[in-house]
Amino acid sequence: MNGTNEFVSLMKPELIITVIIFVLLFIKLSKGIKNDSLLPIVRVLLLLNFIAGFFFNASGSLFDGMYHTDPLMAMQKNILNLGVFLISLLFANWFKKTDHLAEFFILMLSALLGMFFLISSGNFLMFFLSLELATIPVAAMANFDLEKKISSEGAMKFILSSAFSSGILLFGISLIYGATGTISFIELPALVNTTPFQILAFVFLFTAFAFKMSIVPFHLWTADVYEGSPFATASFLAVISKGGVVFIFITVLYKVFQPMQEVWYNMVMLLSIITMITGNLFALRQQNIKRFLAFSSIAQVGFILAGLSSNSPEGITSVVYFILIYVFSNLAAFGVAATISAKTGKENIDDYKGFYKTNPFLTWIMALALFSLAGIPPTAGFFGKLFLLTAGASNANYLFVIIAALNLIVSLYYYLRVIRSMFMDKNEYPLAKINVQLSTKLGMVICAAGIILVGMISWIYDYIQSLS
Amino acid sequence: MNLSLLLLVPLITIIAVLLMRSNQQVKWMSLAGASVQIIISLFLFVYYRSEVAAGNTAQMLFQQQYEWFPALHIGFHLGVDGISVAMILLTAFVVIAGILVSWNMEKMTKEFYFLLLLLSLGAYGFFISLDLFMLFFFLEIAVIPKYLLIGIWGSGNKEYSANKLALMLMGGSALILVGLLGLYFSGAERTFDLMKLSQTNISVTVQMICFPLLFVGFGVFSGLFPFHTWVPDGHSSAPTAGSMFLAGISMKLGGYGCLRVATYLLPEGAKEYANIIIILSVIGILYGAFVTMMQKDLKYINAYSSVSHCGFVLLGIGMLTKTAITGAVIQMVSHGLMTALFFAVIGMIYQRTHTRMIDEMGGLLKKLPFIITVLFIVGFCSLGLPGLSGFVAEITIFMGSWEHPDPLHRIITILACMSIVVTAVYILRAVTKVSMGPIKETFSHLKDAAWNEKLAAVILLFGIIAIGVAPFWLNDLIRPGAEIIMQKITGG
Repeated sequence: MNGTNEFVSLMKPELIITVIIFVLLFIKLSKGIKNDSLLPIVRVLLLLNFIAGFFFNASGSLFDGMYHTDPLMAMQKNILNLGVFLISLLFANWFKKTDHLAEFFILMLSALLGMFFLISSGNFLMFFLSLELATIPVAAMANFDLEKKISSEGAMKFILSSAFSSGILLFGISLIYGATGTISFIELPALVNTTPFQILAFVFLFTAFAFKMSIVPFHLWTADVYEGSPFATASFLAVISKGGVVFIFITVLYKVFQPMQEVWYNMVMLLSIITMITGNLFALRQQNIKRFLAFSSIAQVGFILAGLSSNSPEGITSVVYFILIYVFSNLAAFGVAATISAKTGKENIDDYKGFYKTNPFLTWIMALALFSLAGIPPTAGFFGKLFLLTAGASNANYLFVIIAALNLIVSLYYYLRVIRSMFMDKNEYPLAKINVQLSTKLGMVICAAGIILVGMISWIYDYIQSLS
Repeated sequence: MNLSLLLLVPLITIIAVLLMRSNQQVKWMSLAGASVQIIISLFLFVYYRSEVAAGNTAQMLFQQQYEWFPALHIGFHLGVDGISVAMILLTAFVVIAGILVSWNMEKMTKEFYFLLLLLSLGAYGFFISLDLFMLFFFLEIAVIPKYLLIGIWGSGNKEYSANKLALMLMGGSALILVGLLGLYFSGAERTFDLMKLSQTNISVTVQMICFPLLFVGFGVFSGLFPFHTWVPDGHSSAPTAGSMFLAGISMKLGGYGCLRVATYLLPEGAKEYANIIIILSVIGILYGAFVTMMQKDLKYINAYSSVSHCGFVLLGIGMLTKTAITGAVIQMVSHGLMTALFFAVIGMIYQRTHTRMIDEMGGLLKKLPFIITVLFIVGFCSLGLPGLSGFVAEITIFMGSWEHPDPLHRIITILACMSIVVTAVYILRAVTKVSMGPIKETFSHLKDAAWNEKLAAVILLFGIIAIGVAPFWLNDLIRPGAEIIMQKITGG
């Protein structure tokens, strides 16, 4: 009985998601339910799931250390829960049109479940399995605009690059096992050292991570997949998928490969610089808003790596804090773009010219989101980026900080391009007034509140700090 | 005196403005907010003086300190000395004048006032922050409103100017950010607190790295040569109130930062780089003055002359004497008031004649007696006529500079003095062309200033003349602050 209790209390987030998946399956089986009535049910379930994520968070291990959780991980999972709930609100227009709504959420929640197991994994076997669970449903989600050829193409690219990175990951894991004789996260730190063989194994592992987080030079799939997939999938990839992998990356770097810190510090720093610069430079000339956001999200990963390179508790805190802010900002930007695209079919930045005249609300939300992504106060993005840089600067590497700070200017340039298009450029025929769904509006207001408040209210940061 | 009032009042005004329905309500609400601001800052000035007269010798008065991000040692720390009080007074004067001048703004009125007030919030916050993180936060808050003000309400090549301004200022803040992080990690205890940092011994190596970063970073904001190129474009494209805020307040953020953060916290760095600073600023002064001679557009004339005048601020700081630093602060206040008024007058003329080219004007004195008289006074202030604030500021800087006996400082002082002749040439030429001579047919129906314009001009003129006639009050206000900075530099 005691064992069951422990099982239930530790795996609570995963169990709730599983229950929701089954509920959705049963609803789907009892035919005849319309999207309009299904959507509220899903939202309520996801909201309850998010609220439940705040309570009864214990720490402990299950299955001989295969599964491990603690309050920080529960918090990380709940950040992802929040993101999924916001997705269910923001993309209402598309959800109502799509033919297989229940399937979409089942797939999305399965991927989320994979993310949860990924965050909690205490063993490379578990890690690999959950990564696959988190990846394969996303490929189906990317293909959800069945009538569009570009959507299938995106899904194909995604599944191929995922398979490729999985192969590399497995190779890395087997090398690790060959070098140390174990794949358990608890036993590994004592056995890891900086022999060339282990470094080679780590490089392979890192490559797999780089694929998932779209770190340059393994980012090539990102823009195409984002462009092809529906907005809901693209935002899931950009926020939830990336967030989850970053969270487990913290564990792997800071716990498992801690003895190799000197080696990975240089790698992380170098890749951080390359990723920032490449993401920023490519974002400069994008016309399609999805590709634009894809490259901007690559640049953001560069900043996340800057924070990760610090190897300190501040590093963990600022990365988790940044992901929380990133959920709000990026989802708001995707939400606005999706609403415009669903109503008018326009996805180019030039189409937004004169948008402020007809749609002030959407424009302000977009402006807030982009300012937050660019790191302009008083939005939360300012705090997020600054804390990442502060963590990254703790090794007194001035050159690195200067390069990162200069990248902030480049990124401001392209974010301002969208702002300029919406606020300033003249257009005789701007896009017509868009009637925003109530739920979408609610989602956007939540995002805006998050963007403004998460930064100013310092106890959120302190709370994460106390957990890490 | 509760300093957070200076943050709360603009904040409440902003929220109230956003809730207003009609344009009329928005305007009156903003004006009410600005009036409260000016009352608070005058009250602060009086209270500060009485506190000092009562023998309170603390460096920073009315301090308030709370924790903000305790895990990162970031605090919410407010406090003022005489220099900040002077800057706060300047801000309050320019804000109310700017709001009055844009009374006829029809295009997106609510957004316009929202951004103006947001800018003022940033400026107040910047001047009262004693925590460098907060200071940086408020500095950056003020960047985007400028971008939007120029880009949406501006004229001419506005998108280009807005982008240039935003990116160059962002570049400046990137340098500042790196410098601040350098300071943060310099001591044994990680802190952004200005007072704590001023007591830590920052190693010379760190000073040598951080000083140029911080000084150039803030220098970009105040138009330090060769990073001044955003100034003319930004000022001339901005709407009237935007130019007033930019030149009157925003450029002063840079000067204040150079003084309070770079020079005060890193005295060794300041001594090391002082010669470069004064050389760059004298180039800025002369270059600005000569380029102004060639301008035909009134706004460009004032914009380039701002480069020249702000050069005096940096020159005063770079001279590193008590008198010169005092002069630099007086110059900030004086130039802020003067240039804001100058832009206001240009805006008034433009609204009536629909041109800013001096060649196309003439004889306006007959039709617009009030406006042109103000233009004369401002022009004289700009060229340093005794009795007006410009003279007081410049003479103080020159006196301070002359304290250095070595040839380099002497030559630079003489060169800087010579720029006044050039200033006289361009100001007199411009003012004469606008006001004298035969008046054009098309201009014969022009109406003189309305109540709001008169009020704005009178408020700013009051400041200019108050400094010009009785400079001692401003001098007394600033001197103790300058003394403390000098003590740090001379190591006393």
